[in-house]
Amino acid sequence: MKANKTLGYEYIKGFWETNPVLKQVLGMCPTLAVTVSVMNGLAMALATTFVLVFSSLLISSIRKLIPNQVRIAAFIVVIATFVTIADLVMKAQFPDLSKALGPFVPLIVVNCIILGRAEAFASKNSPFRSFLDALGNGTGFLIVLVVMGGIRELIGSRTLLGYQILPNGFEPWLIMILPAGAFLTLGLLMGLANFYVDKKKRSEREELIQKYRKSQNDVEVKGQEA
Amino acid sequence: METTTVNPTYKLELTSSPHVHSRWSTKQAMWFVVIALIPALISAVIFFGQYQLLIILTSVVFCIGTEYLIKKIRKRKVTVTDGSAVITGLLLGLILPPNFSLSSTAIGAVFAIAVGKEIFGGLGYNIFNPALVGRAFLQAAFPVAITTWTKPNFAVDTVTSATPLAAYKFDKVFTSIQPMFFGNIGGSLGETSALAILIGGIFLIAVGVVNYRVPLAMILGMILFAGIFWVIDPVKYPNPLFQIFAGGFLFGTFFMATDWVTSPITSKGMWIFGLGIALLVVVIRIFGGLPEGVMYAILIMNSVVPIINRYTYPKIFGEAK
Repeated sequence: MKANKTLGYEYIKGFWETNPVLKQVLGMCPTLAVTVSVMNGLAMALATTFVLVFSSLLISSIRKLIPNQVRIAAFIVVIATFVTIADLVMKAQFPDLSKALGPFVPLIVVNCIILGRAEAFASKNSPFRSFLDALGNGTGFLIVLVVMGGIRELIGSRTLLGYQILPNGFEPWLIMILPAGAFLTLGLLMGLANFYVDKKKRSEREELIQKYRKSQNDVEVKGQEA
Repeated sequence: METTTVNPTYKLELTSSPHVHSRWSTKQAMWFVVIALIPALISAVIFFGQYQLLIILTSVVFCIGTEYLIKKIRKRKVTVTDGSAVITGLLLGLILPPNFSLSSTAIGAVFAIAVGKEIFGGLGYNIFNPALVGRAFLQAAFPVAITTWTKPNFAVDTVTSATPLAAYKFDKVFTSIQPMFFGNIGGSLGETSALAILIGGIFLIAVGVVNYRVPLAMILGMILFAGIFWVIDPVKYPNPLFQIFAGGFLFGTFFMATDWVTSPITSKGMWIFGLGIALLVVVIRIFGGLPEGVMYAILIMNSVVPIINRYTYPKIFGEAK
């Protein structure tokens, strides 16, 4: 089953088809908590992607050495190692950003996306495929976080990446930088995604029905001719 | 039909339920609500000036426009003429503070219809009262603007424009009942005049559009719960009459909590619903950080309506349990 999926698909599926936030509904905590601005979302997503990619790679390489009974504990140890690296690097290089993200960087350890990919994919696939899968999922996570951060920053504080975009006449909606705004934005984004998927499915089904009807007609016509 | 000998009064109904219908169609009932809101509308203009009509008009226009647009986008039947969007617009306009900015009003109206109502599937499917959803959104989005009160036109006291509840909460000042009854106090447009609301509310109950149980339960509950605190310490806690006439309680009682869609359908459920709102209002007003809590109380109780309906479902006669 895994052999007949192309390598490109393993990478690209995380963008939309199995997007970790919109489709798998994983990693809700950072999605809701840190997307006050684009910069925060970007930093969080990059840190998560870093941990995701390297832990997937490592777990996949040692997947045959890990006893099945203690695999979750083993995954967590691997993940925690990379989270510590990410946290320390961030603290040293970007102290402001590290302060803004607060406890959410150490909390990447328990991020469901990472453990989910390790359990569902990396522990069953080759390192290269796991690497692509992790990178794709990380990118999908990044897309959603940046979009959410963008929407909330633009409406909640009139800026994007710290530069003022909307004129002073626009009164910022305070709700967007409050937790309630995060739930609202995420809910509407998910609803939009589902709406789009439903619409696509419906039109595909209708196409199939019409094709079937047409073929039935052809059979009937042929029967009458005979 | 001419050959039938059976008295039509005793005709056996063979259709599926419901067998008992309301006197009014949805459309008629909605327009009755609009009529019932006219006194509150008049009181808003009398006490706060003609500009307030613009706020209400903006709210109504944007509610209708949003509903029309969403129905068109989703390729559904346009149901604007049933009047529900008009009511949402009127209600939202009447619970905004005087001289509120028109652009913010429009945002609130769009949000009320789009997120409060149409996302759930339109009239009859919404969990929360759309007008209150719009108001709650505005409260969170523009917390300063929405608590900026203008003093009414005939205010004797020229200094204070605070609402009676804010005056009680932050300065421990009690407003006397008489101005609160007629509406000569600071507050949201349609909420200040108890007289105007009572006229509209009693009209609604009289024509049978609104069931008396929810308003009665809320007022009795308020007397009970506020009364308990008042008896404990009459100096520290306001008396029940003050609690009833202050803020948006009466307006919420007659026009928000009685919404057909978002209130329970069983008689027992209506009592629980009304008492629950009254309890939450008292708790928020006395212990909460905000001076007013009617909006949140109704929204919270809206969310438990399905549970109330399930547990108060009347037992079928003869059913064994």
